[in-house]
Amino acid sequence: MQKTITCIECPAGCTLAVDYEGCIVQRVSGEKCPKGAEYAKNEIQNPQRILTTAVLCDGLEVKMLAVRTDKPIPKQKLFEAMEAVRTIRVNAPVKAGETIVKDLLGLGADLVATRTAARQEKQI
Amino acid sequence: MTGPMIERELVIVGGGPAGMAAALAAHGQGVRDILLIERDQFLGGILNQCVHTGFGLTYFKEVLTGPEYADRFVTKINSTPAIETSLRTFAVALSRTKVLTVIKPGRLQNIAARALIMATGCREKTREMIHIPGTRPAGIFPAGLAQKLINVEGLLPGNEVVIVGSGDIGLIMARRFTLEGAKVRAVIEIESASRGLVRNLTQCVYDFDIPVYFNHMISRIHGKDRVEKVEVVKVDGQRRPIPGSKFELSCDTLLVSVGLIPENELIEMAGVRLDEKTNSPVSEAPNTTAIPGLFVCGNAYKVYDVADSVTADSQLCGRLAAEYLLKIQGDSFRPLSPLEKPCKRR
Ligand SMILES: Cc1cc2nc3c(=O)[nH]c(=O)nc-3n(C[C@H](O)[C@H](O)[C@H](O)COP(=O)(O)OP(=O)(O)OC[C@H]3O[C@@H](n4cnc5c(N)ncnc54)[C@H](O)[C@@H]3O)c2cc1C
Ligand code: SF4
Repeated sequence: MQKTITCIECPAGCTLAVDYEGCIVQRVSGEKCPKGAEYAKNEIQNPQRILTTAVLCDGLEVKMLAVRTDKPIPKQKLFEAMEAVRTIRVNAPVKAGETIVKDLLGLGADLVATRTAARQEKQI
Repeated sequence: MTGPMIERELVIVGGGPAGMAAALAAHGQGVRDILLIERDQFLGGILNQCVHTGFGLTYFKEVLTGPEYADRFVTKINSTPAIETSLRTFAVALSRTKVLTVIKPGRLQNIAARALIMATGCREKTREMIHIPGTRPAGIFPAGLAQKLINVEGLLPGNEVVIVGSGDIGLIMARRFTLEGAKVRAVIEIESASRGLVRNLTQCVYDFDIPVYFNHMISRIHGKDRVEKVEVVKVDGQRRPIPGSKFELSCDTLLVSVGLIPENELIEMAGVRLDEKTNSPVSEAPNTTAIPGLFVCGNAYKVYDVADSVTADSQLCGRLAAEYLLKIQGDSFRPLSPLEKPCKRR
């Protein structure tokens, strides 16, 4: 079977023609760099995305803390992951890169803070 | 305007990626008195609300989110003592002689700058600029404002959303609203192709089976207090509505993502002419203005697609400012009296 997909690994956004049988990719064309073939393979076998969102804070200088998964997670798990993220409250200061939830939903990816947030100062 | 006057070598207005890169580059060229002014309580500019990935691929060869990209520069700025950062400081007036008036919590200050870099970013075009007929109910947001409400304020501005325009911010927001549990009914684009990157069309819109109507426009907004529905019509090559193609979409929210305009009112106040179409300063060389020692960089200079290009542009600008300072080194520095009034706005 043949399918046309867009590589999302970089802003070039190459159009890839993918020949595949079931889950096995036989041929990829149209990529401008080797990442394209790798992306096509994953996209046919198990499409994955990095989840980026924000979680609610309490007592910190920001109301929302920007977070991401440190690795891509299966695309069809995005909504389930969002459900889990919605229940989180961060109330201790964090540094950019710090883990907020280890192994989110057992998917093998950690949820990490993408910014630093200190405790809220008393407003004068 | 009256108030105390201070003198500084290099003043930079705007603490986004542009202002930070310019400050670091000027420091790298030997400038040792730098004041970075930011109206927000944090450095980072628009990057703070861009929680998605897609930054840094060119500059850092890594896939970063907006806040992560900003953090790399904030860390450097904070560990460079010669760069003083002044947060919650709003620049409100600028004179032809580079006297900048700023408001800090509870006080007004005049700053005479030997060199001045404006890195004030851009603002979004609004509904008013694209002329959609209909009522004026609540529920119409520029896409970037909705982005700020969700990612910074933690508020979801609507449940059923139609997006006008396929700019990157609109596409990114289609995914953001969907992940937050809202229903995005459609993206409506008057052109025959996406204005945003195809990767954003793929990962933010097609990934979630959101319909995109190219060659379509919103012909009317309905709703009394809040948006209730919009009329959509197909257009021909001359953007004329095609009779009989009209249909309706019910929604409580309309996001407008039709582009950005450089924020340059302060330099205009100082007498710099702006291009009527682009709102960029009219000048002979990139990043300069007709006023010697007054520079503009980042999205205030021109609207860039990606932050990495903003960084590169602003580093050049920081070096330009440093060169200028070196050139005038011997000149005596006598800023005009604080009583000197900034030019009136047009
Ligand atoms: C809503 C929106 C979303 C965007 N999303 C993306 C994206 O997803 N990916 C991408 O690559 N690019 C995106 N961009 C483009 C992005 O703006 C640039 O990549 C980059 O952030 C521009 O950097 P800058 O420093 O020029 O402007 P900004 O980041 O806008 O920074 C300007 C800074 O100047 C400050 N400022 C302005 N006026 C004054 C004043 N009078 N006094 C004091 N401080 C002042 C502002 O508070 C702000 O912090 C987006 C732009 C906007 C407007
Ligand atoms: S194939 Fe390579 S160049 Fe093309 S979009 Fe993918 S990563 Fe970018």
